[in-house]
Amino acid sequence: MKTEQPAIQVTDLTVAYRDKPVLWDIDLTIPGGVLMGIIGPNGAGKTTLMKAILGLVRPSAGQVLVYGKPYAQQRRLVAYVPQRNSVDWDFPTSVLDVVVMGRYGALGWFRRPGKREREQALDALARVGMQDFASRQIGQLSGGQQQRVFLARALVQDAQVYLMDEPLQGVDATTERTILRILHDLRATGKTVVVVHHDLQTVSEYFDQVALLNVRLVASGPVAEVFNAATLRATYGGQIAFLEGRDPGRSAPEPRAGIAVS
Amino acid sequence: MLSNLLFDYTLRTVALGSGIMGVVSGVLGAFAVLRRQSLLGDAMSHAALPGIVLAFIITGSKEPLVLMIGAAVAGWIGALFVMAIISTTRIKQDGALGLILATFFGFGLVLLTWVQARPDAAQAGLDRYLFGQAATLLERDVAAMAAIGGAALLVLALFWKECAILSFDPDFARSMGLPVHLLSVLLTSLLVAAISIGLQAVGVVLMSALIVAPAVAARQWTDRLGVMVVLSGVFGAVAGVGGVVLSGAAARLPTGPVIVVCISALALISLLFAPRRGLVWNWFRVNRPVARQGA
Repeated sequence: MKTEQPAIQVTDLTVAYRDKPVLWDIDLTIPGGVLMGIIGPNGAGKTTLMKAILGLVRPSAGQVLVYGKPYAQQRRLVAYVPQRNSVDWDFPTSVLDVVVMGRYGALGWFRRPGKREREQALDALARVGMQDFASRQIGQLSGGQQQRVFLARALVQDAQVYLMDEPLQGVDATTERTILRILHDLRATGKTVVVVHHDLQTVSEYFDQVALLNVRLVASGPVAEVFNAATLRATYGGQIAFLEGRDPGRSAPEPRAGIAVS
Repeated sequence: MLSNLLFDYTLRTVALGSGIMGVVSGVLGAFAVLRRQSLLGDAMSHAALPGIVLAFIITGSKEPLVLMIGAAVAGWIGALFVMAIISTTRIKQDGALGLILATFFGFGLVLLTWVQARPDAAQAGLDRYLFGQAATLLERDVAAMAAIGGAALLVLALFWKECAILSFDPDFARSMGLPVHLLSVLLTSLLVAAISIGLQAVGVVLMSALIVAPAVAARQWTDRLGVMVVLSGVFGAVAGVGGVVLSGAAARLPTGPVIVVCISALALISLLFAPRRGLVWNWFRVNRPVARQGA
């Protein structure tokens, strides 16, 4: 498509926990301006890949470049939506305060968020349809509403690249529609969005590009080119075999039926 | 009783010292509780005991400020050991905390017993650091507590928003480039400071109550971090001053334990009766509709 610098360039990335490789020799190029899904079975290292791009886990080998430079120099260009269950939602804070946290990086040390930051946060909440909940305690929200608050916090970061860990996991229909609309809005304004995703049935509908991951990178590229029975079998094959082993009475599922496995 | 608080010099000094201790441990305890580090506070206060005794052995001084510094150093080393054990072995946090608490406290008791047998140490009254003896607080002790505590609160105020996001979502904080590890060490160090200024009044065994209970009580009444932290400090101060007044009124009641009973009572009342989060409130909310149907 474009010949310009990729948004994210992962080279030879290996991450291990206690000698066990979680990611093995990943080479992944994410072009600018695309909407990419990262899929793979449980334990495939999807979250770890995202955390390695963000510098949250230390790789054993390899490097990550964001628009040609190491992440540490490009933080302002990247916004992050962690998994919803990674925080304690009983924490004493309001919806608005959580979204304002997205501005802390730009504010720098010793400066308190003011009226401007609160207005930015309210705008972002309006974009995700949560403006009426600004003063609620975050624990009073439903799971989908919490997810939209996390998305709003990433929106106020006003980044070029958005990394989202399972934003569509277990959310209600309204939230799913809202999040998809925002993903498309972001792409329409030239942003790059990378989403860890679990539902194989919606991949071709939601994303332009896909990366299939199972410790190693099985394939990556435009959905039409790389998302097919062969790559799915190579990615999820082990789990399908595992199910066969447990339930020998049944015939082996079709690769597309492997969707049920996820 | 209250007139004593205003006019009795000794009582006023002791009450002021206990109040300062309550504010500082309440405020910093709020962050410890929110970061699920309540037990770290307990381990650090127990780990302070050998530091107190060693500071006396090394310097020969029984100045509270000297012993406070010894306590802080030992508490801090204890915390470092806990973090090192968690990151280098397969032992989980609860195991590491239990191990360090018992090891340091046991070593402290051995040192204390040994040093008490020495003739010069008999008068030092180091054993008062086990359960605390607020009545021994002098004006200059209170001044040292105010200086250390005030500095700790000032640092917290300067790094308020960083500490808030570190407590809520450390991964997100790191993705924005905050030095999460350094900030975490900073917050732990402030907690060590809070503990070390409370030991003379409350003692190593009961100090953790003043870290945990004010925060638990305060959380019941509010859903805002700022309000919770201030309220936690207020509860700590009320318990500190209240404990001094109550133990002064009833002869021979030990101040430290009475302070702990006061803060525990505040926590209990909050857990039971706070609106929305209290047990009684929830009991009514669950049962009232059923009662109406039955009527």
